[in-house]
Amino acid sequence: MTNSADAAGDHESYDLAVVGAGPAGLAAAASAAEHGVRVALLDGAPQPGGQFYRQPAAELRAERPQALHHHWSAFQHLLARLDAVRERVTLLSDHHVWSVTGGSGAFAVHALTGPDQRQARSLTARQVLFATGAHERQLPFPGWTLPGVVGAGGAQAMLKAGLVLPGRRVLVAGSGPLLLAVAASLTAAGATVPLVAEAAGYLGYARGARVLAANAGKLVEGAQHGATLLRHGVRLRPRTAVVAAHGTDRVEAVTLARLDAAWRPLSGTQWRVPCDAVAVGHGLVPQLELPLEFGCHTRRLPDGSAALVVDAAQRTTVPGVWAAGESTGVGGVQLAITEGELAGLAVAGQNTAPRSLLRRRSRQRAFADLMAARHAPGSGWTQWLDDATEVCRCEEVTARQVRDAVAELGAADQRTVKLLTRAGMGWCQARMCGPAVARLCGAPNADRHDDGAPTRPLSTPVPLGLLAECDTNAPSSEGAPR
Amino acid sequence: MTRGPLDLVRARPEPPFEFSFDGEQLTALPGQTVAAALWQSGRLAWRRTRVGDRPRGAFCGMGACYDCLVELDGVPNVRACLAPVRPGTRVRTQRGDGHDELR
Amino acid sequence: MVVIGAGMIGAACADALALRGLQVAVLDRGPVAGGTTGAGEGNLLVSDKGPGPELELAVESLRLWRELADDLGAHALEYEPKGGLVVARDPRAFAELQASARLQRTAGVTAAEVPADALGELEPHLARELAGGVHYPQDAQVQPALAVAALLRRARGTGRVRLLAGTTVTGLAEGRVETDTHGPLHCAAVVNAAGTWGGEVAALAGATLPVLPRRGFILVTEPLPPLVRHKVYAADYVADVASGSADLQSSAVVEGTAAGPVLIGASRERVGFDRSLSVPVLARLAAQAAELFPVLSDVRAMRAYRGFRPYLPDHLPAIGPDPERPWLVQACGHEGAGIGLAPATARLVAQLLDGEKPFMDPAPFGPGRFGKEQS
Repeated sequence: MTNSADAAGDHESYDLAVVGAGPAGLAAAASAAEHGVRVALLDGAPQPGGQFYRQPAAELRAERPQALHHHWSAFQHLLARLDAVRERVTLLSDHHVWSVTGGSGAFAVHALTGPDQRQARSLTARQVLFATGAHERQLPFPGWTLPGVVGAGGAQAMLKAGLVLPGRRVLVAGSGPLLLAVAASLTAAGATVPLVAEAAGYLGYARGARVLAANAGKLVEGAQHGATLLRHGVRLRPRTAVVAAHGTDRVEAVTLARLDAAWRPLSGTQWRVPCDAVAVGHGLVPQLELPLEFGCHTRRLPDGSAALVVDAAQRTTVPGVWAAGESTGVGGVQLAITEGELAGLAVAGQNTAPRSLLRRRSRQRAFADLMAARHAPGSGWTQWLDDATEVCRCEEVTARQVRDAVAELGAADQRTVKLLTRAGMGWCQARMCGPAVARLCGAPNADRHDDGAPTRPLSTPVPLGLLAECDTNAPSSEGAPR
Repeated sequence: MTRGPLDLVRARPEPPFEFSFDGEQLTALPGQTVAAALWQSGRLAWRRTRVGDRPRGAFCGMGACYDCLVELDGVPNVRACLAPVRPGTRVRTQRGDGHDELR
Repeated sequence: MVVIGAGMIGAACADALALRGLQVAVLDRGPVAGGTTGAGEGNLLVSDKGPGPELELAVESLRLWRELADDLGAHALEYEPKGGLVVARDPRAFAELQASARLQRTAGVTAAEVPADALGELEPHLARELAGGVHYPQDAQVQPALAVAALLRRARGTGRVRLLAGTTVTGLAEGRVETDTHGPLHCAAVVNAAGTWGGEVAALAGATLPVLPRRGFILVTEPLPPLVRHKVYAADYVADVASGSADLQSSAVVEGTAAGPVLIGASRERVGFDRSLSVPVLARLAAQAAELFPVLSDVRAMRAYRGFRPYLPDHLPAIGPDPERPWLVQACGHEGAGIGLAPATARLVAQLLDGEKPFMDPAPFGPGRFGKEQS
């Protein structure tokens, strides 16, 4: 594939723009290009792979990057396939897409590139495929803004790319299958993990025995993490959460508590564990700002978050717009690759997808739904907040302020809370506080834009000077009326 | 010696170099981001918040949360988890909105 | 009374009616401030209006906003009497702006001319090469959602106001409002404060009100130190060769906020943003802001939001009873000026419903002015 940092001018044109070079985007680009489609593959990171296949920078010269990864050979295979069709795939790394506009066969993709994303780059494409992945769902607790409290996925990403750890003694907490992978990586990289606190129970898996049996690979993967943890003496505590982090300028200890089935902390079960970092996360939330701007329809996942509606060929509800991977529902790397594969084929006009691929997709989706249901945050977690807990990290809005807006000013959805308190108005545009605020105001759904969650016409900040220069003749969209 | 991330992946990095953080000389490896280099030096905080003047550093580690904003070679509001560190880079703790030059 | 719409106009009407001792139910199909109100800047402007009924309404409304700020607390509304500064790029535009200011003064507007060399004292970061400006100290700012919340809280505090959010009106007839979740409500009169959806609400009663939505965007920058002190926008003299007429065209309004970000939005849609497409509109807002305040060029737009302004064909709101259904009082179609015009609109509505002599002639806002259905 062509690695193009500075090629061509404003009027580059492609058959397909793939946004996101993670597993889904790579698979989509490869399968489309193998059938003659000319593809631009855009990603914000310096190297392809997405969050899952984040690699150490080349200058770090890692001989065994796979030591931090599962399914590494699948990644190598995807890269080799892309290399074989390199004349038809232009990889645009370090390109942060801030807007995609247009429709009916003429889309414009606007990106920022260069140091600190201060240069503009636009291209056009006849079709667009969103493989925008997911970010971590965070739920606040007292002390979660202390330095040293980091996202579980964040700790993983920093380790995979920069070969660094946030501390020596790293407690892992939250919910979801990612926690085991993170704990395994951290211990393998030399950290001590005193405990993995998983808020959900594990009994629920039993109800999905048939789905589990059909996804044996997932069990093996889990077992491998489990074996690593066992070897390092790491304990996994289900129905347990960090209910407070302590320290002044950085985290020094946490308080843990046992939870009931609804994630309510049980009184009298609290205990304190010293640590110098906490890696915390509560599953993943699809990253949908770009497709939502088109008015692509969403569906509700078992854990309450929203994902794009796609048909059997991975088409969204908007003509010419496709999606694959976590944006259609968080399901892990294998499902992402399967979906990317199918989407790429369909974009290339290959109307009869191999049955084996279709079967694999339904099996993997069933597994994803099971996991999402199992790890969906219980409603009781809000009980571990105190008045002073900052819910919105950017604007420093406390739980008390959010609750006052609900109780005294009548706010009943995320958007109204935002308007009344500024929660979600800051740099991250509610990516971090959104699910928590939705829960605190009793909104029916955490992440759906039409339930009052914010839309983000700019998916990344854009210097006004660059925005001012945006080609006014570029194709644009009226978007969906709302 | 404890086994670390570099040993795990058998990294043989190019020679380390120096950069400054609030005037202090620190060492980074080529290819690391500002946030990774600061973590490696044991530093977790490089921003003070606008409202409460509280310390913050990297949180999401993937460019989504903007908690790791830092002043880099005089430019404020740079995401430390995305920006590469280079020899001689001047990193400073960002205070508030970072735009004291406009005050 | 039933007030349909829990935005700025609806909240102001509910408050005004409740203070007169009337029992009021406020309905909204969504949350409070969920429509145009929540997507606006909270401009309270006289500066952008020429002499006429709308300016008369605005002058009274801004006086009422000052009273509200005294009664409810400026902080509760984030009321800021910051004043407006309209600037001109060239001598011809400045001359036109001065002429316009002279006319506005006759209508009760305070408008002070500012020569080019004095602009820097009012706005230190303003572009240097401007011809001059006019300062409008009456222009002010509220945070619309907070203002709605504060007014509804006071109204509900009378014990006479019920708020039914998430309630859709399914039918309208004299004395009776059908709803989806609260059944029928009985009332003496209905106030249609449904904003962009005002036409649909009117249609439920068989009335015609041609309210149309018109999209607008606001850009929000990263948090900054106080850079912009007033509401600042440029007035350009634009000659329309085809018609031989001339008009003032206004640019994006640029203003600072207490929280730090600078807001960049359009005051009135006289410049045809409505048909434009998203990226070009954002680009234009950014260009206008950076032209007025060059320092903003390197500053990042952190987010953007959009809203739909409710407008009527002649760009005046509809305020008053439907000619054939005196029980249905219209109070919508304020386009981009609804926050500013809300208290005076509510006063007019309350006076009309109470049978009191209105403070101004409501005829120009009469809902009957659009005639019968053409079908």
